Order: sequence, then C-alpha cells, then structure tokens
Amino acid sequence: MSTAAFVYRNPTQESRATRLALTVLAIGFVGLFLLLPLMSVFANALANGISGASAALSNSDTLSSVRLTLIVAAIAVPCNMAFGVAAAWVIAKFDFRGKSILSTLIDIPFSVSPVVSGLVYVLMFGLQGWLGPWLRDHDIRIIFALPGIVLATMFVTFPFVARELVPLMIDQGRDEEEAAVSLGASGFKTFLFVTLPNVKWGLLYGVLLCNARAMGEFGAVSVVSGHIRGLTNTMPLHIEVLYNDYSYAAAFAVASLLAMLALVTLVLKSFLEWRFADEIAATHRH
Amino acid sequence: MSLMIDCVAKKFERYPALRGVSLEVSKGAFLALLGPSGSGKTTLLRILGGLEFADLGQITFENQDWLSIPARERRAGFVFQHYALFRHMTVASNVAFGLEVRPRRTRPSRAEIRRRVDELLTLVQLEGYGDRYPSRLSGGQRQRVALARALAIEPRLLLLDEPFGALDAKVRKELRVWLRALHNRLGLTSIFVTHDQEEALDMADIVAVMNDGKIEQIGTPDELRHAPATPFVADFLNSGRSQTPDRPRLSVVNL
Repeated sequence: MSTAAFVYRNPTQESRATRLALTVLAIGFVGLFLLLPLMSVFANALANGISGASAALSNSDTLSSVRLTLIVAAIAVPCNMAFGVAAAWVIAKFDFRGKSILSTLIDIPFSVSPVVSGLVYVLMFGLQGWLGPWLRDHDIRIIFALPGIVLATMFVTFPFVARELVPLMIDQGRDEEEAAVSLGASGFKTFLFVTLPNVKWGLLYGVLLCNARAMGEFGAVSVVSGHIRGLTNTMPLHIEVLYNDYSYAAAFAVASLLAMLALVTLVLKSFLEWRFADEIAATHRH
Repeated sequence: MSLMIDCVAKKFERYPALRGVSLEVSKGAFLALLGPSGSGKTTLLRILGGLEFADLGQITFENQDWLSIPARERRAGFVFQHYALFRHMTVASNVAFGLEVRPRRTRPSRAEIRRRVDELLTLVQLEGYGDRYPSRLSGGQRQRVALARALAIEPRLLLLDEPFGALDAKVRKELRVWLRALHNRLGLTSIFVTHDQEEALDMADIVAVMNDGKIEQIGTPDELRHAPATPFVADFLNSGRSQTPDRPRLSVVNL
C-alpha cells in the first residue's frame, strides 16, 4: 500500500484564491466606504490646524449644541432603556392577546422615515396641531423647544433596546423565571436577580446603539427643532448650519467630535466584551 | 390523605390537556405520573406547582385550598427537565436563592445560609463545587444542584418534571436509586413525572398511568404489572418491557 498524498481540507473551506478575493473585497469595501470618509472628516477638521479646530469647537453656539445633544441623550436614552426592557419583558415572558401587534408596533420607527416621525409631533403639538391651541393657552412649548427634540429622538431610537432584548429573552425561555417563582421570589425580585442579569450584555449593547443614534439623529429632530442657533440646534443640526454657511473647517470639527463619540461607544463595547468574555459565555444557553 | 386532586381540568386554546383528573396522595408517598407525551402529566404537575392554572376542579393539600395559594407561597420544590439553573450564578448562589429572596424578617443570617448551602451540597454529593458555574458541570451534576436548590426552601411537596429525561442511561439509573433513598431519608411527599415505564415502576410507591388528559389506572407497581385495568395500560407497560435489552424483540433476533 502506497501512502497516497492526501490533502486534508476542511470541507467548508474554499480555495486559497477565493478566500483571498473575498478578504480583499471585504477589506476594500470597508476601507473605501467606511474608513476613508471617516478619515477625511478628521482631515478636513484639521485643515486650519489644531488651533483652528479648537477655536471652532469653543464657539458658544457650538458649545450650546454639544450641551443640548448631551441633555437630549441623557433624557431619551434612560427612558428608552426602561420602555425597551418593559416591552421586551412582556413580549418574551408573557402570553397575551395582541402580542404580535405590539411586537410589530415597536418596529414602526425603523420603517418610518425620520422626517415623518418628526412631522407627527408637529401635527400633534404644533400651533396648527391637535393640542397646539391648548398648549399655547397654557404657555407650554413643545415644538421648537427641548421637549419636542427629546420626543422626536425617543421616537426614532425606541426600537434599539427592545429589538436587542426580545430575541435574547425569547431564546432564554421562562424556565429560570419559573424556578425563581417556585423558590419564593416575588415578581420584582425575579426580574432583578434572574431576568436582568441574564440580559445585561444585550441591554448594554442596545443602550450603546440607542445612545449613538440619539446623539446622531438628524431628520426627525430637524423637523421639530426650528434650527434656533445656540438654543435648539443639536450637534447634527449645527453641523449642517455651519456647512451651509461655508464654515467647512468648523463643520468638520464638530463632525469629528460627533464621530469620536461614536468611536468611543464602539471601543467601550469591545472593551467590555473582552473584559467580561467569561461571564458573557456563561450567560449564554448552556 | 394529604394531597387531594379533585376533577381538575385544563384547556390550552381549544385543546384539552386535562379532562377531569382526580387523585389522592398520602403523606410521604412517592407518586409517579406515567404516560406518553401529550397525556397531560406535566400540565398536572405544573398546576400543582402553581406554574399553570386549572380551569376547573379543586386541589387540597394538608387541609388548605392549594389552588388559592400563589406559586411563590406554596413552598413546592420544582425540579425541571432542563434543570433551569440560574446560569449567571455560582452553584452556591443557586442553592441559596430560595433563602436569599425571603423577606428580611424571615431570611436566615448570612452565616446560616452558608451553612445550609454546604449541608445541601454535601447531601447531593457536590461538596467543593460551590464556586463553579452551572455551565462547567455535567448534566447529572446540574440536576443534583437543581434538586439541592429545590430542597433549600424545605419544600412541603417535591415536584419533579422528567428530572432524568436529559441524562444518559447510566447516570439515570444511578440517580434513580439515589433519589429514592433521599426521598425516604427526608420523609418528603414527591410527585414524579416520567414517560419511562421502567423508571416509574422501579421508583414509585404509587403509579398513575395517564393518557389523553385522563388517568387510566392508579395502583402500586405490582398491581399495574399483574392487573392492568385497560388495554392502554397493558400495552403501554408492555411496550416498555420489550425495549429492554434482556428481552430482545423477535425482529432484532432475526437480524
């Protein structure tokens, strides 16, 4: 018997050329369409040197737009976190009539154009809207003010947390909750000690995505904000204003600040995944 | 009689899972609910544990209206087929859970809880495993943790839903003997759901054979073996025996 020159190959592995082509394609695509534009944002921001960029960032209108964006995110993200967890909990752990309708409703903000989302609030709270006259009589400002911007942001970012948690919670099933109840835990303690710890990584991921979108939302906020400089302009809106004013360097400086927030979010997520890898593995289905 | 189940019925959507089941269990008994899948045995067990609700009927346990007590106040230790261990907690925290979630007034001290956990882990032969996570244990070990967790609340009733269903045959046999001995030692009243006739006849004092949401026959393993009341019982018990390796089927011999 001669020893034939067998080439052991992983049955799911493609030839070297195919692998190389696919890798180049993927890296090339990511580089060309994601990395290059991002780098050009930073490059343009520094067109007038670091002093130019820092001068643009310390402008009072710019600072107020940063402050507004942070305030909006600080209100909208915790609210959506609470709503998202509640929605995911009822959908995954309970049976009731209209469950599939609720599940579909949660996706509305993903399927509706952000401009429409903004218009909805103008139609409701604007001067010509349903509640407009009543609000004006009671001196309550929603449109062209902080409440409107927060509402529009919350609408657009609503699905992020729920969408992240629903499949995870469904996959984990109800066994552990049933065990907790049979051991004497109240509904609240079951949620706090069993349900929540099991989904905390999914929750964190959902919150990070929700936050990134809340800070970056343009369309819906643009409709309800009124673009009042230094007052109702969030960072994305302020970038547009600067750009239309031909203040390119300033626009790109604020844009790179916004992009940096997104990058920090991603780095944070990767760091947490790396730091707690063991625990994440343990909370997946055994 | 300590546990009395009277005409319990339950429908899912429009499909009846239980069609009026009545049963009496004396204190300290080991009862097996035996039947094919879909016979309603697990539904009955879950109703006893308060995880499912009966549409009709009554259950009395130690002179209390059992169905009016919420699940978390029943102190019915429930052991699940797929263990249902809290995967983000260590073995010790899993076992301690039932004590930790008690209201402050009735919660034992931390030292007392630790002592009880050690005691229970010794009882289920898992000393020294307290710091491990469930994902690092074998199936048999996980099920013993689940049992220790259920025993921690000093259950008035132990409910076991196919507890050995996910284990291999050898471990299953060992645990069977061990669980029965434990039941005797602790003086528990246990109800055990299984579709394995050999397991039921081997372990239980009383076996209730269920089919299609009804009880076909209740009796001791001997009674069932020698005097099956219905053709279904005779057939069901027989089909199990022919699968055991010491009585090969003719078709197998012909090969």
